[in-house]
Amino acid sequence: MTAAPGWATAQSLPAPEVVRLRVNGRDHEVTCRSDTPLLYLLRNDLDLRGSRFGCGLGQCGACMVLLDGHPTPSCDLPAWAAAGHEVVTVEGLADDEGMQALQRSFLAHQAAQCGYCTSGILVAACALLRADPCPGRATVAGALERNLCRCGSHGRVLRATEEAAGSLRAARGLPGAERTAGTDGPADRATRSADDRRSDDATGAGR
Amino acid sequence: MVVPEAGAVPAEHPIRPAPGPGDGAGTLLSQWVELRPEGRVLLRIGKVELGQGIVTALAQIAAEELDVDWSRVEPVPASTDAGPDEGLTAGSRSVMDSGGAVRTVCAEVRRLLLSVVSRRTGIPVGELQVHDGAVRDADGVARGDYWSLVRPGLLDVAVTGTAPPKDPARHTVVGRSVPRRDLEAKLAGAPAFVHDLALPGQLFGRVVRPPSPVARLVTVDDRPARALPAVLAVVREGSFLGVVADREEEAVRAAEVLRRCATWQEPDACAEVDPVPETVGRPAEETAVERRSDRSAGARVADVVRTAYSRQPLSHASIGPGCAVAHWNGDQVSVWSHTQGVHPLRRALAACLRVDPDRVVVHHVPGAGCYGHNSADDVAFDAALLARSVPGRPVQVVWSRDDEFAWEPVGPAMVVEVAVGVDDRGDLVTWRQDAWGAGHDSRPGFAGQPGLLGAWHAADVAAVPAADPPLAVGGGTGRNATPPYDVADLDVRAHRLLETPVRTSALRGLGATMNVFAIESAVDDLARSAGADPLDYRLRHLPDERAREVLQVAADSAGWRSRRPGDPVGWGLAYSRYKGICGHCAVVARVEAVSEVRVTDLWVAVDVGQVINPDGLANQIEGGAIQATSWVLREQVVLDRHGVASRDWDGYPVLRFPDVPEVHVRLVPRPAEPPLGAGEVTGGPVAAAVANALADALGVRVRDLPLTPERVAAAIESS
Ligand code: FES
Ligand code: FES
Repeated sequence: MTAAPGWATAQSLPAPEVVRLRVNGRDHEVTCRSDTPLLYLLRNDLDLRGSRFGCGLGQCGACMVLLDGHPTPSCDLPAWAAAGHEVVTVEGLADDEGMQALQRSFLAHQAAQCGYCTSGILVAACALLRADPCPGRATVAGALERNLCRCGSHGRVLRATEEAAGSLRAARGLPGAERTAGTDGPADRATRSADDRRSDDATGAGR
Repeated sequence: MVVPEAGAVPAEHPIRPAPGPGDGAGTLLSQWVELRPEGRVLLRIGKVELGQGIVTALAQIAAEELDVDWSRVEPVPASTDAGPDEGLTAGSRSVMDSGGAVRTVCAEVRRLLLSVVSRRTGIPVGELQVHDGAVRDADGVARGDYWSLVRPGLLDVAVTGTAPPKDPARHTVVGRSVPRRDLEAKLAGAPAFVHDLALPGQLFGRVVRPPSPVARLVTVDDRPARALPAVLAVVREGSFLGVVADREEEAVRAAEVLRRCATWQEPDACAEVDPVPETVGRPAEETAVERRSDRSAGARVADVVRTAYSRQPLSHASIGPGCAVAHWNGDQVSVWSHTQGVHPLRRALAACLRVDPDRVVVHHVPGAGCYGHNSADDVAFDAALLARSVPGRPVQVVWSRDDEFAWEPVGPAMVVEVAVGVDDRGDLVTWRQDAWGAGHDSRPGFAGQPGLLGAWHAADVAAVPAADPPLAVGGGTGRNATPPYDVADLDVRAHRLLETPVRTSALRGLGATMNVFAIESAVDDLARSAGADPLDYRLRHLPDERAREVLQVAADSAGWRSRRPGDPVGWGLAYSRYKGICGHCAVVARVEAVSEVRVTDLWVAVDVGQVINPDGLANQIEGGAIQATSWVLREQVVLDRHGVASRDWDGYPVLRFPDVPEVHVRLVPRPAEPPLGAGEVTGGPVAAAVANALADALGVRVRDLPLTPERVAAAIESS
């Protein structure tokens, strides 16, 4: 049977009203029904199209924004629940140090294919780097668990995120800066393969 | 990314002669290349960007042959308005075909411009050189440049295919890992997809799909929907029902109001459907894929091993659902779409909308990742039909996640039966393979059909079951059904089912994934029975030199010879050459089988001939390997009496970040060989290598995909 989101199937519709939102540090007023998902307001009313529609069900992460600093799907967040909170989208992170490090690193690793999942992943990764300057591979993977990628860019995304964390630590003179991307803690990877180091992978120049 | 193949386009939709493989024949140079006075090269290619980096690779080839800096080349998005008709971006053939055409065309443009200089200066063409578009003589004296030499009409000459392309040994741009052009904008969250289009006055359309594929719309009371202030139109044609509103969320709400007010007639359909047991022996069209007989072989056969392998249907499950924008202006409609083929879509739309194809313009705009025939073409029709009710206003339609899972064509369930005769040493003598399943091609134009979902609903006719692409372009059910190994007596057949409970079409790899899975699983078991290492056994039956090398490279990089099996670890190996003509691919998988199967590492070696962009290729290979791991471990479309029951990401789980294997890619360098298709090479070998590794870990063979804990437990129990 169809699985339409609850707000869309509600029998009684709240009358349109003026909803006040704070997005990317600025106040906005939008006239809509108060249960309208934030994602549509961001994309269509505020012209912030970097948050993408993937499922509308809070299941894929393509629409992730920061809500008071926490990575949150915006596709099933009613406008009334966003009102009074600080919303930051991928566009609003353009000047963020962590986001810039991530974007540089994602570019260097060409860490995307279609790129449809990328905005949501960057937002989630950015929140991670704020919370944990020195995340290991498993921590990064765990932080991105709610973000789906169908093209299989995962390996590059994980490496790029670790490397961005490393470059941020280096820029801030934090300990752990000497750790390079791709090192994987104490796991006994030597038993897996004769020559397992990333640098041996013949994937060539370009980074 | 991807790129499954098209079937034949039927006579009702005649195709303008497209450039043949690698020659650009029948086109004009100016259809492909425009040199701009300000020093830019506009490259018009018929291929579309599906997230696979194809546009970047083709621009590299153009820069190489023209001798201009790579940054000057600007690929122009495919459109029916301009550029060559290259049919579909499908079948892993983009670099093989388009790359050849771009190479030919650009070599010819260069020669033409040099001949202009030669006529003017009297210097023979052979003594002129080009540096980033500037022409110099042998002494280095400037003799003009492309940007000032080109005159209107100069390139309006037919492609002859007679200018020799550059010697690969002198390549400087081709073979380099230049970064993708589109990525910077996407990383900034800039508008990049058809979903992000916001044309002036754009409205929002949504479609109310029937409750099941066999349901028909009896009545609908559209007054409650029309009473919503945002609603501009309700459209009903047959069982096609949709709405147009001036706000997106209001279109979504109005569609749900309409759904509540609609009465459908649903004939009694079957209860829960497991398509796998409903496959072998059903009415089918049989095709002889390959037959090689050796009368003396029977006498050498000491044992015949019979096995059968299956998979459940697979969903494309792109992260972004189908989307299109359509805009009617008088009797002309413009459509913005992430289709794999702007020209085939134009013909299908014209047929369904009953207008002349000249009245339909299709522009390509990227969508989310494309892994075959998904909803892109269908949603374009939805947008065109809805937009006709509001002439002069563009209408954007985005499918819901529910509709995307329920209505996009699935990759069909398959069963592959294998019977192998071996001699007394356990070596291969006879091989019989029967591949069963629904067809892999219901693209626009298949079997004389426009093939657009909404048009079937509007006409109240059942969707036509999918055909298979002809064997000449790789087949569908029979794709890769012929083992690559030395076998004296061979009998390979494909059986395409004539009826199916769910709409099917091309999904990355088509039948190759299952056929390779079956062949490579069978070979692995035969190696074990013969007491041979799976690598040695394959090497001794593989006649192709490049195949053996790619296997060796994968095995070496994985440390195959020094691998340490043991609880709960298993190692597996597999090889295939996609379609028998594309790239060679060998995979070693390492799995850990505890409560569920975990793939920790994949070593993937590929030989795709000349490599245009090594990092771009590696990116595709990694992505294909991870997607195939997800298919094998997790994925199955669940069917019930309403059609597809798995309609969200909980019902259709895919591999997530914590679960993905580390993918180690090795490219076998072959700069002097022609480039071979690469987009779909990994699916079959990854599927088989993972299953072989699981068999190695457990000592039990699981022949039915996906390898869920339940299936693994059942296999252990029955062993
Ligand atoms: S679109 Fe919001 S989680 Fe999928
Ligand atoms: S890059 Fe396409 S979905 Fe992640």
